[in-house]
Amino acid sequence: MISPQVEIMILASLTAVACALPGVFLVLRRVALMSDAISHAILLGIVLAFFVTKNLSSPLLIVGATITGLLTVTLTELIIKTRKLKKDAAIGIVFPLLFSIGVILINQFANTVHIDADCVLFGEIAFTPFNRLIVGGVDIGPQSMWIMAGILALNIIFISLFYKELKIATFDVGLAASLGLFPAVIHYGLMTLVSITAVGAFESVGSILVVALMIVPPSSAYLLTNRLSHMLFISAGLGVISAIGGYFTAQIFDANIAGSMATVSGVIFFIILIFAPENGLLAKFIVKKWTRWDFGASTLSVHLLQAEWSHAEATELITGHMEDHMSWSKQYTSEVIAQSIQEGLIKKQGDKLMLTSYGREKAKNSISKG
Amino acid sequence: MNFSFIHQIFSDYTLQVVLLGSLTIGISAGSLGAFAVLRKQSLLGDAISHATLPGVCLAFIITQSKAPLILLIGAGIAGWIGTLLVMLITHHSRIKKDAALGIILSVFFGFGLMLLTMIQRLPSASKAGLDKFLFGNAATLLKEDLHTMMILSAIVFVVLFLLWKEFKIIVFDKDFAQSIGYRINWLDIILTTLIVVTIVIGLQTVGVVLMSAMLVAPAAAARQWTDKLSIMVLLSATFGALSGMAGALTSSLIPNLPTGPTIVVFVSLIVMFSLFLAPNRGILSDYVRMQKHRKNIRLTSMLKNLMLFSEINTDPFHPHDIAALDAIGRGAINKTMMELSKKGMAQQFADRRWALTPEGLRMAKRLTREFEDKIYDQSTS
Repeated sequence: MISPQVEIMILASLTAVACALPGVFLVLRRVALMSDAISHAILLGIVLAFFVTKNLSSPLLIVGATITGLLTVTLTELIIKTRKLKKDAAIGIVFPLLFSIGVILINQFANTVHIDADCVLFGEIAFTPFNRLIVGGVDIGPQSMWIMAGILALNIIFISLFYKELKIATFDVGLAASLGLFPAVIHYGLMTLVSITAVGAFESVGSILVVALMIVPPSSAYLLTNRLSHMLFISAGLGVISAIGGYFTAQIFDANIAGSMATVSGVIFFIILIFAPENGLLAKFIVKKWTRWDFGASTLSVHLLQAEWSHAEATELITGHMEDHMSWSKQYTSEVIAQSIQEGLIKKQGDKLMLTSYGREKAKNSISKG
Repeated sequence: MNFSFIHQIFSDYTLQVVLLGSLTIGISAGSLGAFAVLRKQSLLGDAISHATLPGVCLAFIITQSKAPLILLIGAGIAGWIGTLLVMLITHHSRIKKDAALGIILSVFFGFGLMLLTMIQRLPSASKAGLDKFLFGNAATLLKEDLHTMMILSAIVFVVLFLLWKEFKIIVFDKDFAQSIGYRINWLDIILTTLIVVTIVIGLQTVGVVLMSAMLVAPAAAARQWTDKLSIMVLLSATFGALSGMAGALTSSLIPNLPTGPTIVVFVSLIVMFSLFLAPNRGILSDYVRMQKHRKNIRLTSMLKNLMLFSEINTDPFHPHDIAALDAIGRGAINKTMMELSKKGMAQQFADRRWALTPEGLRMAKRLTREFEDKIYDQSTS
């Protein structure tokens, strides 16, 4: 018998991984905000299906919600096709309407529906251990844990079966179409997967945090790798870290678990955004700075080499000279000179700059490269 | 008809505040939304409005006050930071715009929810009421809130009015604006700031979850009716005001009806109406135009066919069997022939045989000549 705390963490991790896998493709296909649209719109499907079944744990709810998710995608694409509105505006109109109708229905029939507007946003992950799944008289854990595990399995099966197709359709739609892979079918297959996952995750983490789990870990992973397979695994890993980290954060601050999960995933994202080895802001800043210095140093040493060849050392090699000759700023010139001296490219004799033998070699290299 | 309803509007103090409040929101969100939609920033509004939630909560935690101005300043700062982060992520990393918006939207909102639940568990007395920022509640608007909203929107309009020409240029041709020396980065930031302020104005009434729709939908509807920016902004403001008032009024009168979603339903109705029925751009008008084109193509191709047939014969007005015409025509042969005869370009003989009229022959020749000229122009140019 596992404790409710562990059950919540398992459920949170399952949800995070299940969301991260299709999320990778959403991020790569630049339709990340479809997850926003779908996760909002499914509320209407859940409410309508509830009116039919009168039972919150009926599997029909998942069917109804998945259909509304697909309806959102189709409606948005229909509007885009009429060319009356751009893609972003079309998304921005369709899902608020469907979501609004859902919220209004919930509020109007609050007495009969056991979901309220708050749980739509907050999720009820803390209460999930109360809803047990009992098979043959044996308690085998919370029901939502099994649902989420099923959805995760579905995602893994779909992605491994159609891995090649998804990959080609994501990176080269034209090639996919010419190979007869039906990119449109793959697109709708993926959207169905997103809808089903969103429905499953909706109950535990709420609509907007589905978006966090689908977009944030894959975006972090995208900054760390260039390989699709690695991105899938890294996203899943980061999802689990966000889930468990979020759970403990929520314990510490006595706050909403889903909100804390999103916050932790965001913190991880920003850390990776800054420190990622190749694509991080810091790495880019250093490369940019280095390129700037390297360019200056090469230019300076080539300039000095030319001066040597034309025997004009006396007039050419004065420190202040580069400023008006290359129209460099004073600060940049002194930076480049200081750095070049430090790197042993040039040496200073009074007011004059002289190439070292290493500097002369570098200058010759730069010329022959050009 | 019961007019006590209208009487109630003019005498009920709360209703007046609600109406004026939603009018203010509708007008400011409608006007600024026009710029957001034209600049393809519709979903930036969604990200900004979600991002304001932690600002509201932090402002409350720090000041322990629920004064509208303080909460709204907190919201504005958070929304602004969210926008800047979206720009930072998209400009300086490989993350695309849609993912960057999604990240800011969901992470900020998640953080906001975390803070909101922390506040709700605080033992302090004045904690209630912050959750109206989620879906909005028009009925709880106070005169104090109204004044804050009106002052903020007045500021927005003054800036919009002063920088109208600049904004117009950066909306339609950013490169041109830059080439003639406008500081587009600054204009970008000012325009985005105005959008942030506009979102903040609507938070209490519409809520963070749906405020973006208030920005996008009126403008999207207005876009269908006109190609002129000034008219689009005016129309958008009108649509915003109408749906804002209708939604706020309905939700104040019917119990358990949240304001934000109700306004969104009203404004969506306007969008649908516009998409279908707007003259020139509407779907209905597209359909009518397409039918006209189709008819035109059917008629002209049949005229040319008749002329081709007539060239085989010495008599250009020799009648031909309808079956032969049908074989090389574009369908709907009976309808086509009736339409041609109505225009006086073809006439029917016995046994369902048809011939050109002199008028029809002239027309067919003219069309052929124009067609050949066009081909010639295309091949020489």
